Amino acid sequence: MREITYAEAVREAMSEEMRRDETVFFMGEDIGVYNGAFGVSKGMIQEFGEERVRETPISETGFMGAGVGAAMMGMRPIVELMFSDFMAVCYDQIINEAAKQRFMLGGAVKVPMVIRTASGGGTGAAAQHSQSLEQMYCHVPGLKVVIPSTPYDAKGLLKSAIRDDNCVIFLEQKLLYRTKGMVPDEDYTIPLGKADVKREGHDLSIITYGRTVQMSLAVADRLAKEGHEIEVVDIRTLSPLDKNAIIASVKKTGKAVVVHEAVEFGGFGGEIVSTIADSEAFYRLDAPIKRVGALFSPIPFNPILEKMVLPGEERIEKAVRGII
Amino acid sequence: MWEVIKMDHSETVLKARQFMERVMEQMMLVNKFEEQVFALFAQGKVHGTTHLGIGEEATGVGSVFALEEQDYIFATHRGHGQVISKGAPIKNVMAEILAKQAGANHGRGGSMHIADVGVNALCIDGVLGQNCPIACGVGLSFKMKKQDDRIVAVFFGDGSMNQGAVHEAMNLAAVWSLPVLFICVNNTYGMSTPLHKVAADTDLTKRGYPFGIRSVQVDGNDVLSVYQTVREAREYIIKEGKPAFVVENTYRTSGHSKSDANQYRTKEEIAEWKAKSPIVRFRKVMLENGFTEAEADAIDERTTKAIEEAAAYAESCPEAAATPEQIEAEAYA
Ligand SMILES: Cc1ncc(C[n+]2csc(CCOP(=O)(O)OP(=O)(O)O)c2C)c(N)n1
Ligand SMILES: [Mg+2]
Repeated sequence: MREITYAEAVREAMSEEMRRDETVFFMGEDIGVYNGAFGVSKGMIQEFGEERVRETPISETGFMGAGVGAAMMGMRPIVELMFSDFMAVCYDQIINEAAKQRFMLGGAVKVPMVIRTASGGGTGAAAQHSQSLEQMYCHVPGLKVVIPSTPYDAKGLLKSAIRDDNCVIFLEQKLLYRTKGMVPDEDYTIPLGKADVKREGHDLSIITYGRTVQMSLAVADRLAKEGHEIEVVDIRTLSPLDKNAIIASVKKTGKAVVVHEAVEFGGFGGEIVSTIADSEAFYRLDAPIKRVGALFSPIPFNPILEKMVLPGEERIEKAVRGII
Repeated sequence: MWEVIKMDHSETVLKARQFMERVMEQMMLVNKFEEQVFALFAQGKVHGTTHLGIGEEATGVGSVFALEEQDYIFATHRGHGQVISKGAPIKNVMAEILAKQAGANHGRGGSMHIADVGVNALCIDGVLGQNCPIACGVGLSFKMKKQDDRIVAVFFGDGSMNQGAVHEAMNLAAVWSLPVLFICVNNTYGMSTPLHKVAADTDLTKRGYPFGIRSVQVDGNDVLSVYQTVREAREYIIKEGKPAFVVENTYRTSGHSKSDANQYRTKEEIAEWKAKSPIVRFRKVMLENGFTEAEADAIDERTTKAIEEAAAYAESCPEAAATPEQIEAEAYA
């Protein structure tokens, strides 16, 4: 085991897969000597060259489509979309093309492609560079959606995503890029579609993913000092969703708080709540299910206002205290 | 770079009698295929909508015949003729249009998205212009795998020419030197909209210039010119390792789709183009080059029969089917 950052974990996953399989290649804007907007791809162009670390024009539709076409021909492109907000520019290629080719061609092709993108706020970049738009992908059959919360998960899940024969949207959390964690020295993967209980407890379940996993763990630690044992379930893969893990946890604890950074209204949390409400866990509920997400507002530039809009430990703690 | 190709009909191509017969047969097959779909539609047997390319037969046939088996195409929403010409069995294409399990795409795509991966004919052209970037990816895969004996040809219409995706793709193909042939089938209208209303300069070849792409236009109702032009473009792409652009000027005499009441054009205009139809024109060329009326009529008869058989087969096939669990799994590998 070694300690590395989340960004390094992503890079190691890409580099190791590119060494292992020559059909894997990497495309995106300024991913060469600039190392990408978040420094993720440091050293990759030097190792793999310009052919496989392919820098693109600022044409998200163009290179996203090129990813789709290359994937259909048996390559395994990793396409970096600099900010997840820019998905709006190439929404068609993801929603109508990548997700539809296999189905509409009667199963005759596969689209083994990974779209890696930086998601989330807290960086002072305002409303067009700060969103969490994962729920917009989750609604589309044909896509898989992954959001890792630790370096260990980031590396293991990205390797699985690259080896997967489908289009996987891999949403990296900007504010987690520099966080550190232990990862094994040897090759490992984490299966897509499997949640991870990041902390066990029997008094209440926090169901979450992404950056709010760390916040939820901090809240759980604090409340543990008061004798409350809180379970934190990191779903990691939003689509396909590990419904069993959610149901099992809530059956055990009887209480649930659903947390994510994305706007609460219409957010993926609603799907988690209905997974609980639509299962046997419903009969074990001792309290209403609570949700914590961002306010229904674009992300403001002002840091005080941004903090107000995004969920933080305080709001998570308040929601937990409200039902525990 | 910018030139109107003029064919010398006395040269090599016309000497190939078999070739001419094959070309005529294919144009008639495409034409009769479309007429058959129209008839089935009128009988209420075609679900959804369909876009017929009557009058444009020379574009699909001439272009696709100029390609090689290992080449790929991206057809359009008006793509029956393009896909059949690439080699898709007509009975499977007809079955697809009738939403049958035996269809080329098992009844999951239908007329608008007609494709047959088995003959390298791709197409999901429900969202216009978006196939061009995908074609770049196909071309990129050829380049990365060093498959330098093949190209990908992507078709799109005059209306679709105004999509940003097409221009992004042209730039990508040029800057990455990809073996992509862009083919604009300019059939004078995008739905009801004439080209001059949506393009300040209606010479669409100029759209290739800023990207440094070799761009030519051709009389799209002259099948041999189309063939020759695309053949030359293909040779250029293989030799130079660069993309090319061909604009094929033609006219759709059928309606845009089933709902077209032809309010945007006159009966006279349609009649005028019917008289200039590629099949009428090519029949003349054949007769001038030693074919007899009887030989030309024989092609007519055997293609009619082939289409009737395909339609009967398609009608006899069972509907596409799946359980809820199966359909939910189908979008994933
Ligand atoms: C992005 C997009 N916009 C609009 C449409 C609706 N539509 C379908 S075909 C068509 C006309 C296309 O014209 P053109 O590209 O010239 O092709 P043609 O139909 O003439 O073959 C339109 C507007 C669509 N399918 N996709
Ligand atoms: Mg048109």
